[in-house]
Amino acid sequence: MNLADGVQLVSLALLSAMMLGAALGVVLLTNVVYSAFLLGGTFISVAGLYLLLNADFVAFAQVLIYVGAVNVLIIFAIMLVNKRQDFAPVAKGWIRKAATAVVCLGLFALLTTMVLVTPWALSPEMGAAAGAIVTIGQHFFTDYLLPFELASILLLMALVGAIILARREFLLEEPELATEQRVLTLPERPRELAGAAPGASDRTTTTNPSDQNN
Amino acid sequence: MEGIDLQQTFIRSLTELGVPGGAAKAIWMPLPMLLMIIGATVGVLVTVWLERKISASAQQRIGPEFIGPLGVLAPVADGLKLIFKEDTVPAKADPLLFTLGPVIVVIPVFLSYLIVPFGQNLVITDVSMGVFLWIALSSVVPIGLLMSGYASNNKYSLLGGLRAAAQSISYEIPLALAVVAVVMMSNSLSTVDIVNQQSGYGILGWNIWRQPVGFLIFWIAALAECERIPFDLPEAEEELVAGYQTEYSGMKFALFYLGSYVNLVLSALLVAILYLGGWESPVSLTWLASLVGVSETSAWLEIVDAALGITMTLLKAYFLVFIAVLLRWTVPRVRIDQLLDLGWKFLLPVSLVNLLLTAALKIAFPVAFGG
Repeated sequence: MNLADGVQLVSLALLSAMMLGAALGVVLLTNVVYSAFLLGGTFISVAGLYLLLNADFVAFAQVLIYVGAVNVLIIFAIMLVNKRQDFAPVAKGWIRKAATAVVCLGLFALLTTMVLVTPWALSPEMGAAAGAIVTIGQHFFTDYLLPFELASILLLMALVGAIILARREFLLEEPELATEQRVLTLPERPRELAGAAPGASDRTTTTNPSDQNN
Repeated sequence: MEGIDLQQTFIRSLTELGVPGGAAKAIWMPLPMLLMIIGATVGVLVTVWLERKISASAQQRIGPEFIGPLGVLAPVADGLKLIFKEDTVPAKADPLLFTLGPVIVVIPVFLSYLIVPFGQNLVITDVSMGVFLWIALSSVVPIGLLMSGYASNNKYSLLGGLRAAAQSISYEIPLALAVVAVVMMSNSLSTVDIVNQQSGYGILGWNIWRQPVGFLIFWIAALAECERIPFDLPEAEEELVAGYQTEYSGMKFALFYLGSYVNLVLSALLVAILYLGGWESPVSLTWLASLVGVSETSAWLEIVDAALGITMTLLKAYFLVFIAVLLRWTVPRVRIDQLLDLGWKFLLPVSLVNLLLTAALKIAFPVAFGG
């Protein structure tokens, strides 16, 4: 075994361990912020596996899109909500967990048998490492043109939908606010103060006199 | 022109000494990486010194004066101070994420130095997708910022982290589109190919003449990605104390500080490579050599060429760093809504039009725009 093969084997083992560990963490941890960060770890490990398979472009695109965009937005959304509350334990909660475990294990067994049973037509030649991007581009504009364009239309629809949801400027059935409160609030929809339950007045930031610089 | 290949020479001389080929390669591999890390760190020290001196001149002060000649040791003193400072973790912070945050910010920035070429063979690896690798790596940084903002358990930190993520996502798109226009002209994502495409005509062949709009977009977006004034909203001290850095001290703060300056130097180097001809000198050296009648392959010319290449890349990069420091003392900070408006409503459409124009020009004039 020469140097390159050894490095490849060790990286494969490390990346697989990282990926499995991070993925299990995403599912099993109760803190949603940890899960979100570990999801990023999973994506990075998958990108590493793509690199080992000589698929540079897919690996870098994985990092750029899944880690740099999707995962950042997931974390962003979690932190904008930022509700640090413990979930109340559900009665007979173990039934749910057991059912989930059974479904997951069944899916895993199904996929494993599929992988083992399917006669894979492995081509002996190496993948196009450097010229892969050219090949991908050619496929996008010839035989995969329709799926490519459909995906872009889907993304456009999601974009328009998100903008319409975010720009909703009127609220249905908004209760009238007291006038003095309306003077003092910013022109935005009324909402619960972040991190402050209605009863816990000692944690509200706006009414605490020591917080105001006067 | 092939230039000097240090790797081949090194491995050959080691194998002649009786070291097996694989081991010789393994000995070679860490050397350029180590050199690049040291180079990046020294580059940061120089930049910090420049920042202090230029800031002082802009305000008609003298600046650091007694720490070494002309105060060149001031950044070293800064670093030593930060190393010996107590490393505190706030009581209700999340200690694991609090430590991991700065690390995740720094690693991708240093990793991006992989693709910075100082000459035909003076690059750690000539990745075929170099620029794309850099864009992908720089998109990992906001995760570290969000992590440290969240783990600090401080509202200013959290706001700073959220702002950093929003800013970095917004400016990555015009940045990538500006790069795509350059890549379209050179038909390659490799930084070495991009520089080679600009070579041959001296200063006239540089991409800045063919991509003036792209150059401005890239520079503005790169400043925003580095969180320099006028775009330093994540740490705006009048509003957010120090943003995501508020709770940090000692070595962890030093990592943020180092990361931001390494990122600045890296952005300047990439502007030099993408738009200012990389290691090419303003007057083409091969043309000069043919004028004098020296053979292109003579050994001393290759050494002069390599030395000149490194000098030229660094000169261009530090000229851009100088402009960035000057901008810091001339431009006021933008507001967060102005920042997002500039990114989404101005830079994004302009960079799309720039991309379209480049494609049209490439079809119309394939000689000048790399057909």
